[in-house]
Amino acid sequence: MEISIFDVLGPIMIGPSSSHTAGAAKLAYTARKIVGVPFHKVVFYLHGSFAKTYHGHGTDKALVAGALGLKQDSEQLSNSFELAKQEGLFYSFEETELEGRHENTVRMVFTADNGEIHEVTGSSIGGGRILIVNIDGCEVEISGDSPTLIVTQYDKRGVINDISSVLNTNNINIAVMKLTRQGKGDIATTIIETDDDIPAQVVKLISMLPHIISARAITLKEN
Amino acid sequence: MYHNGSELLALAQEKHCPISEIVLENEAQVSGLPKSKIKENLLTHYHVMQASATKALSTELPTVGNLIKGDSKRVFDYAKKGNSLCGELINLLMARALSCLEVNASMGRVCAAPTAGSCGILPAVLMTMAERLNLSDEEIVHGMLTASGIGAVITRNATVAGAEGGCQAECGAAASMAAGAVVEVAGGTPEQVFHAAAIAIKNIMGLVCDPVAGLVESPCAKRNASQAVNAVICADLALAGVKSVIPFDEVVQAMYKVGHMLPYQLRETALGGVAVTETGLKIAEALHAKKS
Repeated sequence: MEISIFDVLGPIMIGPSSSHTAGAAKLAYTARKIVGVPFHKVVFYLHGSFAKTYHGHGTDKALVAGALGLKQDSEQLSNSFELAKQEGLFYSFEETELEGRHENTVRMVFTADNGEIHEVTGSSIGGGRILIVNIDGCEVEISGDSPTLIVTQYDKRGVINDISSVLNTNNINIAVMKLTRQGKGDIATTIIETDDDIPAQVVKLISMLPHIISARAITLKEN
Repeated sequence: MYHNGSELLALAQEKHCPISEIVLENEAQVSGLPKSKIKENLLTHYHVMQASATKALSTELPTVGNLIKGDSKRVFDYAKKGNSLCGELINLLMARALSCLEVNASMGRVCAAPTAGSCGILPAVLMTMAERLNLSDEEIVHGMLTASGIGAVITRNATVAGAEGGCQAECGAAASMAAGAVVEVAGGTPEQVFHAAAIAIKNIMGLVCDPVAGLVESPCAKRNASQAVNAVICADLALAGVKSVIPFDEVVQAMYKVGHMLPYQLRETALGGVAVTETGLKIAEALHAKKS
């Protein structure tokens, strides 16, 4: 049996819906980690079933909670609007159409304190599982089930080799690696899922490599 | 290695051990975690279940639709009065299942088992049977293992999603898991575990998912209550020696096929069943007006 019993019993979550509440919290929480810098404003563009039922399932509260860094099992989740006010986070919701996306999809647009705008789009695909599908215009596929390294770089020869040798010398095994670029010689995004945790020191080493624009690591898994 | 109920049963019979032992062995392989850590995690899950099955017994919780607020407390108080028709045990089962759904609908913490919409059945059954049979934590963990082993088999060979299979898939899986778990902790044989698990699904086969206003409140909460009772009576049937005429794996297949025969209106879309009755639509409309 390849299915873990904890995929049957679980997740431990805040109700009422694993896809509309727990999944939504996890999406915004992951997006916050991807953005990686302090922000004071976020707009949630809700698509499909998220747009139709977000109020009844607390999707709105769950998204704001995730953006504040609360996890899907935090009992503070239902109180997130209040917390956002205290922490000075502005938020709003817009209903929208995102063509070709999963029924439960949200596009999150963050305004960072340094003035940068960051966009993360993700879908809640059932049972609290998520898939981040776009970061700042770049198509990706990130489930957050494994530690994930997100690198943006200039599309130059040897960059991938440099990244993988840093991982190798730090005993981090690559499980899945995906490279996308906006055009030849343009900006490229590398998504690397690993078997082992990615320490902050390793992320720093990678970000200092030649031609690297940014490097971020996200780890959602507990235990 | 097993892929279905009959292979899981055969392994337990071959090794002369309970179903829970085989499930634990398999989980250790799948996760790479030591068995002690798996048991510890299961107990953490059980404590979340216990808390959710207890919270609304004494406190009415405001839910989004306010359709089920206070029902758990109502049944609990009634059970304690001692003059109910079905006795304290059955009423306690129902009150606890209702509590989990009330907690879930009020944005409280629950453990999906196997889903949030069916999160009341296993906690109510395990907790009430733990009291009835005086179970230790170790025995409760055995029940959790057997339940999740059954749930994994249903997930792999059919579905536990209401959107795919209707209520029979969600609450049916939960009742099946709970029935099998109780048989094991009550001292039944591995064969009896699967008889109870099969009968429980048969007793709910065909049930549609028709949430009023799309909320996980009505009729979900009462179905959790009735399926908690279903689980326990199926366990009693199996322990008494009654066999399921149709084997577990075939019942799971039948449930899956029935799920696919259900039109989409009856699979969690709130477009059929009680969701589109005159009253159901009025509730949905009022909720929508409140939102905007």
